[in-house]
Amino acid sequence: MTTSRDHTVTKRPASDAVGRGTASPSSWGFGDGQAIPWEYAPAPESREIVKLQSRYGLFVGGKEIAPRSGQWFTTLDPATEEPLAEVARAGVEDVENAVAVARRAFRRSWGELPGRERAKYLFRIARILQERSREFAVLETLDTGKPIKESRDVDIPLVAAHFWYYAGWADKLDYAFPGRTAQPLGVAAQVIPWNFPLLMLAWKIAPALAAGNTVVLKPASSTPLSALLFADVCRQADLPPGVVNIVTGPGEIGLALVKHPDVDKVAFTGSTAVGKQIGRAIAGSGKALTLELGGKAANIVFDDAPLDQAIEGIVNGIFFNQGEVCCAGSRLLVQESIAEPLVEKLKDRLATLRVGDPLDKNTDVGAINNAAQLAKIEELIEAGVAEGAELYQPACDLPERGYWVRPTLFTNVAQSHRIAQEEIFGPVLSVLTFRTPDEAVEKANNTPYGLSAGVWTEKGSRILKMVKELRAGVVWANTFNRFDPTSPFGGYKESGFGREGGLHGLLAYVRLEDR
Amino acid sequence: MSTTVDRIARERAESEAHELVRAWDGRAAGLGGFLGRIGNVDQVGVEERAAGLAKRSIKRESKLWALDLAIRMIDLTTLEGKDTRGKIHALCQKAKRPDPGDPTIPSVAAVCVYPALVADAKAALAGSGVKVASVATGFPSGQTFLEIKLAETSRAIEAGADEVDMVIDRGAFLSGDYAAVFDEIVAVKASCGQTHLKVILETGELGTYDNVRRASILAMAAGADFIKTSTGKVTPAATLPVTLVMLEAIRDFERRTGRAVGMKPAGGIRTSKEAIAYLVVLYETLGPRWMTPDRFRFGASSLLNDVLMQIRKERDGRYSGVDYFTLD
Amino acid sequence: MARPTRAVAKSAPQAAEAPERVAVRKTYKIYIGGGFPRSESGRSYVVRAADGTPLANAVRGSRKDVRDAVRAARAAFPSWDARTAMNRGQVLYRVAELLEGRRDQFEAEVGQAEGLSAGEARAQVDRAIDRWVWYAGWADKISQVLGTVNPVAASYFDFTIPEATGVVGVVAPEGSSLLGLVSRLAPVLVGGNTAVVVASESRPLPAVTLSEVLATSDVPGGVVNLITGLRKELVPPLAAHMDVNAIDAWGVPAEMVAAVEEAAIENVKRVARAPRGGGERIDWLDDRAAQRPEWIAAFLEMKTVWHPIGV
Repeated sequence: MTTSRDHTVTKRPASDAVGRGTASPSSWGFGDGQAIPWEYAPAPESREIVKLQSRYGLFVGGKEIAPRSGQWFTTLDPATEEPLAEVARAGVEDVENAVAVARRAFRRSWGELPGRERAKYLFRIARILQERSREFAVLETLDTGKPIKESRDVDIPLVAAHFWYYAGWADKLDYAFPGRTAQPLGVAAQVIPWNFPLLMLAWKIAPALAAGNTVVLKPASSTPLSALLFADVCRQADLPPGVVNIVTGPGEIGLALVKHPDVDKVAFTGSTAVGKQIGRAIAGSGKALTLELGGKAANIVFDDAPLDQAIEGIVNGIFFNQGEVCCAGSRLLVQESIAEPLVEKLKDRLATLRVGDPLDKNTDVGAINNAAQLAKIEELIEAGVAEGAELYQPACDLPERGYWVRPTLFTNVAQSHRIAQEEIFGPVLSVLTFRTPDEAVEKANNTPYGLSAGVWTEKGSRILKMVKELRAGVVWANTFNRFDPTSPFGGYKESGFGREGGLHGLLAYVRLEDR
Repeated sequence: MSTTVDRIARERAESEAHELVRAWDGRAAGLGGFLGRIGNVDQVGVEERAAGLAKRSIKRESKLWALDLAIRMIDLTTLEGKDTRGKIHALCQKAKRPDPGDPTIPSVAAVCVYPALVADAKAALAGSGVKVASVATGFPSGQTFLEIKLAETSRAIEAGADEVDMVIDRGAFLSGDYAAVFDEIVAVKASCGQTHLKVILETGELGTYDNVRRASILAMAAGADFIKTSTGKVTPAATLPVTLVMLEAIRDFERRTGRAVGMKPAGGIRTSKEAIAYLVVLYETLGPRWMTPDRFRFGASSLLNDVLMQIRKERDGRYSGVDYFTLD
Repeated sequence: MARPTRAVAKSAPQAAEAPERVAVRKTYKIYIGGGFPRSESGRSYVVRAADGTPLANAVRGSRKDVRDAVRAARAAFPSWDARTAMNRGQVLYRVAELLEGRRDQFEAEVGQAEGLSAGEARAQVDRAIDRWVWYAGWADKISQVLGTVNPVAASYFDFTIPEATGVVGVVAPEGSSLLGLVSRLAPVLVGGNTAVVVASESRPLPAVTLSEVLATSDVPGGVVNLITGLRKELVPPLAAHMDVNAIDAWGVPAEMVAAVEEAAIENVKRVARAPRGGGERIDWLDDRAAQRPEWIAAFLEMKTVWHPIGV
């Protein structure tokens, strides 16, 4: 039977949405409860800056239009389960309309535009995003449940930066691929996930437009709002109508979109299972395809690692965005000789994490994005316990409503446990040990996934050796979860193919031809 | 002081230090093995963590308490060639009663002065709870002879110093003679007897966070009661990341040896906002037990007036001006 | 230097005189793990010249041969990938040296297989050798063209380097029996991958002779594996094999492409497709159309690395 240090949960009334860590780290040598009046203020970012419509139509041909399907669905704030707005539920006819509009725009306007003119539209978009950054950050937090600290400091700045970076490529494509000229593919169908809605939109739309394609993008059904607000940015930038089209709806609509015969290019970010479904759906069609799928990254810590910074890297690796990240460091591989002190420090650090109102600037860990994901995470946590791994969760009160999971740590995890193999996509870390670098590499690579990995050691030659041996598209050495528009991101093996960001990110959206 | 007493004190300090080394190391090892187990610090990582902590915002009630605590933690400092009895007298009045118009404002923790002015400070602070801290050991450079350093320490204590702020031998440290640095601190500690010893690392000269961590552990093992960032005579002086590194070292040291050591960032902390950021870093690393002047001090001078100004603003609701606070 | 073997059964009239010497006919075997086994299935099929005359029995490979080949390719991958780029380039260059030495044999076989004149056959073999040389020279340069140092907006050193993807299944072009095969195989090997090749179904013999060249070169066993047989029997198991990382689908007949891609997605294989219009339409003799560094890149993974810059 496993031991758990979980405290009994006391649910707080709905009005008090702030959760905070009431456990203190064992190193403080203190019981729960403090003798000093030190408290963090709920420092809520104001919602006022966001003007939500009660209803959002599709964005097609530069205009907001009602769905031909006549259907609508509601999007919720996962921290409170409050409805935020009604959103159009596209049907197949809406998809057909959007693709036709995108094709027309490609033929008549965007496809004919010289690169330097395309560039200027993209620069406008980047600037407007910077100007409206606070509005987007708040909206993203409301729709996803992620802490405002993250949407404000990570997501939104990266979004603007992506448009900025690719804007500059639009008129330099002749220099990107030696001896070749890069032509657009045509109409791109893009389906994105709910974990970084606006950032995934930027990763898709910026390079597509820079290369001269037009797009039809379907955001995830639980997080459509930032894409719809982005439509407003396109309007403000006077982007020619039909270049960007946003079609909201459930997964089936995404499938209908990628299957549409007049689509030249398909780009998908999401689960490996759906990625395979898409691959099967378009097999033989000749469409260009890139996939960015799941992961089960190993974060490897050697005994000479800078320990306190490694702790920060581990914590960031699995609790950033509640662990709902394809490249999350969900397996900690720690050298056996330091496993005990490291895990102790880790547990202490977990106890300082603040779980609660995502709009509170002090919050570290927000709400789980949707009910389905919450159920999956809980199922896997139960599986971990049943498999015999040892569970640790710091005590913290969780709000009454909303989708919440406490930061979770499993120790005594073996490679063959489900929690070491399956992608959990939540704030759950599995801790395994290793003895030698070879063993670490073997365990790290022993997965069908290959998106990312982390290495912590002071020794330079060992860093480079691990970098070489790890079969992963992104290797973070003495750091974790770093992103940049100039830096190509993508996976090996079943984590997908194709890269987003950097020079390599252009490849997905061009056809190379002779000069 | 008789040499026998010196020798006994020295031996006791040495054996206590060796106990600490053993406790840290988990076995009876020499200094070399001990230093090897100290670990390194990643600059980018620690700076990011410190910056992240600085973004925390605390409740208004907590903020008032923090500002009050900040005052109670200040070592009000004057360390200039031109210090005179008159200057010391004025400083000590300020230290006792920072805001003449407001008796609810507490006194600071201590004044910090050169050895020659300890007696004056002691006299000026008589009857108050404010302590006298004296710098010693060839402050600020430490580039003088061991006997002089020890004699200076003893004389400052004779003159009435409650606390001694020594400097480590950076020359020895940077040339790798860690044993010399260690032995010197042990010797000064012996001279201090019961007097509280702060060890100044002069982090601005050490060059890397790895060295700051190394020097911190070394000083604590040698018997420091407090470790302190800077003399204030070199830039950079105190910074949030350097403070974080030292606090983490203190945390690790207590965990391994059971001995709790205090910390003092000194130099360059001028505003209440900065002071509160330091308190956040302190709280997040070491928790409530260190939120006391017995375990944390600010080495500052101009900080005091800024804190007074903030307290005034929190109470009156209005931003204040420099003319409303005394310059002593 | 051996005399080129005469083709079997080249319309020999029932002459009164006996032929001057009985030829030792070649057995065309498959090439797996550096050796030449027979198919475990024990089957063969008749290969004919362009004019219909039977040339030989070629092995009719089975899915078990595919399985064995993939196993050999996987086993050979780590050490082939671990070689320095320069070493790989030299090994591949030596293959070109050996091809040059056996060019007469190739010219005869290609000419028969494809019904070419002597001059046309020579042009094909010339270009195949030159193309091999061209790709060999890329081994220690491709990472300089594809790799980047990325100027991230924070204090990190950030670079992207290409790495071999692993085991690549190559479905050789049906029509161009040597040049087409070389054009698809060489870029796969240059990047450090190992290959399982399904040879042209109707024109496999030059491919088998190529295997013999590889076997006597410094290319380690298992780096290239070549199976002859029927497309419909060999391509599906290759496309579905979960330990194959990528498929070069240029030689896949149009009616099979959809099935290949569907099978391939099960382990998210990278699939390199011919441009719309089909791989058979390409003029392999045209360097601009038929040799490109992008086709090395198609079987490389881009790995991005971050490290803080600090003291």
